[in-house]
Amino acid sequence: MDQKPLTSDSNAAPSSTGAVAFAWLFVGIPLVWGVSQTFIKALALFQ
Amino acid sequence: MAEASLLDRSRTVAGPGYNRWLVPPAALAIHLAIGQAYAFSVFKKPLGALISGNPDAPAPADWTPGQLGVIFSIAIVLLGLSAAIFGTWLERVGPRKAMMASALCFGGGFFIAALGVHLHSIWLVYFGYGFVGGIGLGIGYISPVSTLIKWFPDRRGVATGMAIMGFGGGAMIGSPLAVTLMDYFKAAGTGTLGVAATFLAMGLIYLLFMQFGVWTIRVPADDWKPEGYVPSNEHNALITTGNVTADNAIKTPQFWLLWVVLCMNVTAGIGVLETASPLIQESFSDGVMGAGRGVTAAAAAGFVGLLSLFNLLGRFFWSSASDKMGRKTTYAIYFGLGILLYALVPTLGAGAQLTLFVVVTCVILSMYGGGFATIPAYLSDLFGKLQVGAIHGRLLTAWSTAGVLGPVIVNYLHSNAKENGMVGAAAYQSVFYTMAGLLVVGLIANFLVRPVAEQYFEKEPAKKTAA
Repeated sequence: MDQKPLTSDSNAAPSSTGAVAFAWLFVGIPLVWGVSQTFIKALALFQ
Repeated sequence: MAEASLLDRSRTVAGPGYNRWLVPPAALAIHLAIGQAYAFSVFKKPLGALISGNPDAPAPADWTPGQLGVIFSIAIVLLGLSAAIFGTWLERVGPRKAMMASALCFGGGFFIAALGVHLHSIWLVYFGYGFVGGIGLGIGYISPVSTLIKWFPDRRGVATGMAIMGFGGGAMIGSPLAVTLMDYFKAAGTGTLGVAATFLAMGLIYLLFMQFGVWTIRVPADDWKPEGYVPSNEHNALITTGNVTADNAIKTPQFWLLWVVLCMNVTAGIGVLETASPLIQESFSDGVMGAGRGVTAAAAAGFVGLLSLFNLLGRFFWSSASDKMGRKTTYAIYFGLGILLYALVPTLGAGAQLTLFVVVTCVILSMYGGGFATIPAYLSDLFGKLQVGAIHGRLLTAWSTAGVLGPVIVNYLHSNAKENGMVGAAAYQSVFYTMAGLLVVGLIANFLVRPVAEQYFEKEPAKKTAA
């Protein structure tokens, strides 16, 4: 089957900068939280 | 004809104006979730005390550490097997359906394991977290790879590095999240030391979190390419414009050379990960450093955390650097520099050079992570984009093999050294020299990689598997 972009749903809508920023925040916040927890734990090595 | 499901590949083809920078967060949503697997050890102590209710004094009927270790082993073996088995299916149905399958298996695995904990049935935990969850791991791990490479033909290393970095980051989220939830549910008196309720909560959290990836992911149209992008393959014979199917790829020597490359890199890295905490405590004890100046258990835990950070950073740094340096050169650095650094570790331990020891092991771990993150781009360079997800899936059996091989080698050599009366850094000497030897094998395998022979390429590339 040939791959053609669909026009009947949101696939056809251009993605806004806000959507991209939201997407990165959505995954970035938990990642930064996890990294910060690990970093705090790692500080014990230098104390 | 029945209308295509929202999960079908045909419903995920991006329209004009879709921003390709939405794809890496979609991939990260999957990898950050399934990366939790590397934090499973946080459950070991409470799981081993469900009967006694006291993690420091397990009852005879409680599950043993050996029984609990099997849970993670099953999950990792299933990761490799399911990635290998479902890779071709993934290429056919597209990333959205595969991500949904991964979310259902990974979240569902937690739910089944919660029931297993509630009923105190280790077999149900094996089946839930190990078997079903492991399938979720395998499908999830490879699900965004092919799509990312198609969206970022100009930055394959950056794109796949970002996603696979998420797998490293997943453990950093999963560990404190599990501890927080277990403390909460234990205080709330839910029973099983809060483990069953935590499994249920985490299954739900990850199932929902992964939905973001499922519904954000898009595949590019067949004729799409980045604005102004001109393939520069004429400068590098190791980057093809053709395509090899997964079935043909495994018939090539290049596939098996890269299998050895990945297996050796991972096995050696596991050598450091397995021994990190006891290694630094034994090598830099009070006896070596002076009274009160030795590395404590808390500092050793900090060292393990630091290694995790470099494992994560290395995934992005090295993979991105490989876009500039080329994959073969990047792996030559992993192995060449790795041989020197692994061989140096026992000497630094014996010489009480703590700072240098930490720096060297951090660089080693960055290259361990880099090895995981660079391999999809290497495969794409050699075999093309058509079925790179499926080929990557089959290559991940090297990871499963290393996951079994690494700990066996390390434990055998270390026990043997201790039986022969060696202590401190000396007890790890044979481990690190053996790992350096494995890297020599990897270096040779990488050196032997040549462009894939014409006979393996598809005659009509690009449109063969588009469903």
